[in-house]
Amino acid sequence: MDATSFGPLVQEDQARGLFQVARTAFTSAGIMDAEYAQVFDKCWLYLGHESEVAKKGDFIMRTVARRKILMTHDQNGVIGAFFNTCPHRGAEVCREHAGNSKHFTCLYHGWIFGNDGKLKNLPGAERYAADFQAQGRGNLVPVPRFANYRGLCFIAFDPAICPIEEYLGNAKEYLDLVVDQSEAGMTIVQGMQEYSIRANWKLLVENSNDGYHAVMTHATYLDYLANTHALDKEVALRGVGRELGNGHAVVEYSSPWGRPVANWIPKWGQEGKQEMEAIHARLIALHGRERADRMCFKNRNLLVFPNLVINDIMAITIRTFFPLKPDFMHVNGWCLAPTQESAWARQYRIDNFLEFLGPGGFATPDDVEALESCQAGYQNAWEVGAGWNDISKGMGMDPSYDDEAQMRSFWKEWNRRVAPAAIKGGK
Amino acid sequence: MALPTRAEVEDFLFAEADLLDNWKLKDWLALYTPDAQYEVPSTDLGKSPDPKVSLFYIADDYTRLEQRVIRLGKKTMHSEYPRSKTRHLVSNVRVLGEEAGCVQVAAGFAVYRSKWGETDLFVGGYEYLLRQTPEGLRIRKKRCLLDLDGLRPQGRVSILL
Repeated sequence: MDATSFGPLVQEDQARGLFQVARTAFTSAGIMDAEYAQVFDKCWLYLGHESEVAKKGDFIMRTVARRKILMTHDQNGVIGAFFNTCPHRGAEVCREHAGNSKHFTCLYHGWIFGNDGKLKNLPGAERYAADFQAQGRGNLVPVPRFANYRGLCFIAFDPAICPIEEYLGNAKEYLDLVVDQSEAGMTIVQGMQEYSIRANWKLLVENSNDGYHAVMTHATYLDYLANTHALDKEVALRGVGRELGNGHAVVEYSSPWGRPVANWIPKWGQEGKQEMEAIHARLIALHGRERADRMCFKNRNLLVFPNLVINDIMAITIRTFFPLKPDFMHVNGWCLAPTQESAWARQYRIDNFLEFLGPGGFATPDDVEALESCQAGYQNAWEVGAGWNDISKGMGMDPSYDDEAQMRSFWKEWNRRVAPAAIKGGK
Repeated sequence: MALPTRAEVEDFLFAEADLLDNWKLKDWLALYTPDAQYEVPSTDLGKSPDPKVSLFYIADDYTRLEQRVIRLGKKTMHSEYPRSKTRHLVSNVRVLGEEAGCVQVAAGFAVYRSKWGETDLFVGGYEYLLRQTPEGLRIRKKRCLLDLDGLRPQGRVSILL
């Protein structure tokens, strides 16, 4: 069964309150090929944060949409991205995950490149054309497009893609609410959570801004909060889900848990209370009360289409993920923090992060289990009556954080890009 | 301080592994001191990371470790209910000396976890601080340093290593 034999993958009927996604969208190799061609190869994708290459010479090596990418901060202060492959015969010129170096030497024949990608030394240069270096054929190939939006670095493989600001569109408002929490800038906390899930990548898209699975999937996390934190029971999960256009989406809501910017909980004591109040007051002075309250007391689960998740919740996580197979993805997760927060706040931030997030947290492993269980269930996708996911919750009603409008936003954009290719493209 | 012999330490670590593999987790928790730490650092952090400034997979104090054990006992802990099958293999045990009134111990581990037809391997080194008490050895600190490049394909550390 290849992708050419699929019927519609997304069905919407406002009058009937119907929104369905075909489960074959999660199981087909043909669909995944169409996703790489129509989504990952044509969208802005998150590469890393500028704080990861803060100094001249800093570099990181990363895999993005099956490409091996080298991100460098060169000697002129320019941050850029190159394909990590020698123009000579293809070996990776950088073979360390991160570090600081002015040069990269290919292990195969010793071509040497500056961290600006330029060929600096060509062994046996006299045996090449006299103008070989002038032709530029010996330089590392830059990724077609690179953009830095307020510290978040993106790449795109489509040279004709629109500017990042236009692409982000309404998502910028929410990214700004995160970045503006620190006038000294934000930083990635050392320690990257690299893991995998035996499920289709789009399941993690849905899960990352699903506002109402917590009561069921994360019952033990909520038990833990109640057991240990003496939480204010008056603060309920309450808020809205929004479609932001271009496939981006957000849920924004209040919650009972503490936020290091800057929602105090009793567990943090009087010292913590003073610190939280000081942060809140500083942000009021900078941004006005309304915006400061929003930054401090609201949570945001933001999806930047197709696969960048920034969840500003009990800590801030940046998460991105790519499919290797229809039923297997690699996930990278980071903790983002204000560069200049106190050691006390940083420790609580990390503590908060680990309570909930990541492969050893009290919540993420249960998300992984749920997603893998969905994927197992999709083995029935071809059976009559078992072929569709229902994503209709909240259609035609006032938006609420516990509806599925944010997922419909993703699916509509996904369908716009993928379905024509999957059905007509003869993949 | 008279250090325990390697054989005594091995007996203790093997007994700990047995409690884990039989899911006797309250008994396992009883091996830990009230000031215990249980840690699994992220795999890109090198040999001596600090959980106050770096992101780990797990960095529990006793309170959170106790909550982790409570959570592991619930049917609503979906990732470990139904329970996975595990086998903790502990090897290369060495008694290194004394540190802060505790016995410093290193060992190698291979932990297999099987569930839903998949078997995942966690391999690495244990760093223990053991306290000698009238009731026998107790664990003041256990750090599990994974010899892995990320958790792929393991995906999670929902079991205790």
